Amino acid sequence: METYDTLRYFISIASTVTMFALFVGVVLFLFRPGSKKVHEETSNMIFRNDDRPSLAHDAPRTGRHADKQEAK
Amino acid sequence: MWDFVKLFVLAAIAIFAAYIASYARDPAHMVHMVIIMLVAGGLFIWQIRRVGEPAAAHDPTQYMDGVIRYGVIATAFWGVVGFLVGVVIALQLTWPELNFTWAQGYLNFGRLRPLHTSAVIFAFGGNALIASAFYVVQRTSAARLWGGNLAWFVFWGYQLFIVLAATGYVLGSTQGQEYAEPEWLANLWLTIVWVAFLGVFLGTLINRREPHIYVANWFYLAFIVTVAMLHVVNNVQVPVSVYGSTSIPVWSGVQSAMIQWWYGHNAVGFFLTAGFLGMMYYFIPKQAERPVYSYKLSIIHFWALIFLYIWAGPHHLHYTALPDWAQTLGMTFSIMLWMPSWGGMINGLMTLSGAWDKLRTDPVIRMMVVAVGFYGMATFEGPMMSIRAVNSLSHYTDWTIGHVHSGALGWNGMITFGMLYYLVPRLWKRDGLYSLSLVSWHFWLATIGIVLYAASMWVTGIMEGLMWRQVDAQGFLVNSFADTVAAKFPMYVVRSLGGVLFLAGAIIMCYNLWKTVTSVGEKKPAAAAVPAE
Repeated sequence: METYDTLRYFISIASTVTMFALFVGVVLFLFRPGSKKVHEETSNMIFRNDDRPSLAHDAPRTGRHADKQEAK
Repeated sequence: MWDFVKLFVLAAIAIFAAYIASYARDPAHMVHMVIIMLVAGGLFIWQIRRVGEPAAAHDPTQYMDGVIRYGVIATAFWGVVGFLVGVVIALQLTWPELNFTWAQGYLNFGRLRPLHTSAVIFAFGGNALIASAFYVVQRTSAARLWGGNLAWFVFWGYQLFIVLAATGYVLGSTQGQEYAEPEWLANLWLTIVWVAFLGVFLGTLINRREPHIYVANWFYLAFIVTVAMLHVVNNVQVPVSVYGSTSIPVWSGVQSAMIQWWYGHNAVGFFLTAGFLGMMYYFIPKQAERPVYSYKLSIIHFWALIFLYIWAGPHHLHYTALPDWAQTLGMTFSIMLWMPSWGGMINGLMTLSGAWDKLRTDPVIRMMVVAVGFYGMATFEGPMMSIRAVNSLSHYTDWTIGHVHSGALGWNGMITFGMLYYLVPRLWKRDGLYSLSLVSWHFWLATIGIVLYAASMWVTGIMEGLMWRQVDAQGFLVNSFADTVAAKFPMYVVRSLGGVLFLAGAIIMCYNLWKTVTSVGEKKPAAAAVPAE
């Protein structure tokens, strides 16, 4: 029982700290340099493609890949 | 070949269901098997008439809107049904004679109450979520729904689940767990449908032509994934027999209670909150024609909600056999939820900054804004009620019912109405809504209805909480339970009236949407081609 209690106590603290650190990490990542432009672009994305799917590209565009394309 | 496989499977299901129906041990199971037999048989006939025809074409240059149109109709239909049953049971509580003797065991309060909760949450809310998720994920991914006819399977499969659940309640097949009443057969079916829903949604996201996944989709995805997890864990059960609807749950005692409320509260948190926040983050900016106030705040809102909500369930089990530390944990996390909820509310409301004049001219955006206001109010009230000391007064009273309804009618109902008013002219390519003044009528009827409902439930809830704990100088309880029931009568009349107003508003909406489709002229295509971005 003692081993169980010690382990349980340790794991509950470790998981709480990990979860909290993860959350803080997400928030800090939001404020990375250059995020403002990305967020502005993304929040305005809903105003296009209302009537039909995008025909601009044949291949599906996934996140990272498309970012690189735009950078070129 | 594939056609024949389908025919064979459908025929096998129909025959198997007929066989089980003839040996069924309870009426609910027999009716369920007859329904399955009829559905499978009907599909068999439908399929056999189409053998050899070319498969339905799916044009990737067009959005798949047919299934969303059906979803919109189903949302409006189930909404009216659910509100109507709600009005009936409110009247039954006010005047118990309405529990007619001839309908005992079928249409009395105990049978109709789960029918009402499931009809509004899962039938009305669920159809609204599925339809809007399909709409939003296509527009924000700039891609057609993935999976061809799988979206149709999700829609019709979900309707079948609703019918199975509803007939089961009336005929007495229930697990007796709040919001998780359907028995094993309906549960297994819902699991299949839900996995298909996840597949369609994820497939469309993967096919997207936009670099980023818009935040509304994050909320929708969290809703789909979490509901799948909750549904499976809370329904781990062993059917007694394939011939009957009864099953034995694997969890027992306080573990069962904890898992039930972990499920129940996250049904609120992820079905009624996260999913509907997805709606808010798409339809409010679209209707206001402005991007969301702060995209960063929306992401913080998302992650804070995800990290916190899942722990809040134990606040439903204050002063029970649940260990104290778990009760305190649930209470603490519920109070912390204040932060993301109000962050999200502010984000939704501030999206209108610079466009507040639209509130005066556009009743649809007024509806959406009031929905967000009720979201803020319900998420203030909820954490407060989760505090153990407050809960000792509020628990088991009508205050809880009032809280649920200010959230469900105010937040979920109003944002769904706003969404329907947004979608119908676009889906049927109409010039606009049939009548904005009817939208205003709907808005005011619904708002006054909610205010009557919530206010009467506050009064009656706090009153009965105080009456239950009142003791005389010798320490004896002053009131019997029947005393509190008698004292609640006037408030129950007011609550029923509020429900009637809310239902009347929804019927006006149905008329308005019907006229929009049938008598408003078609939207003319833009004169000049819009340049590509």
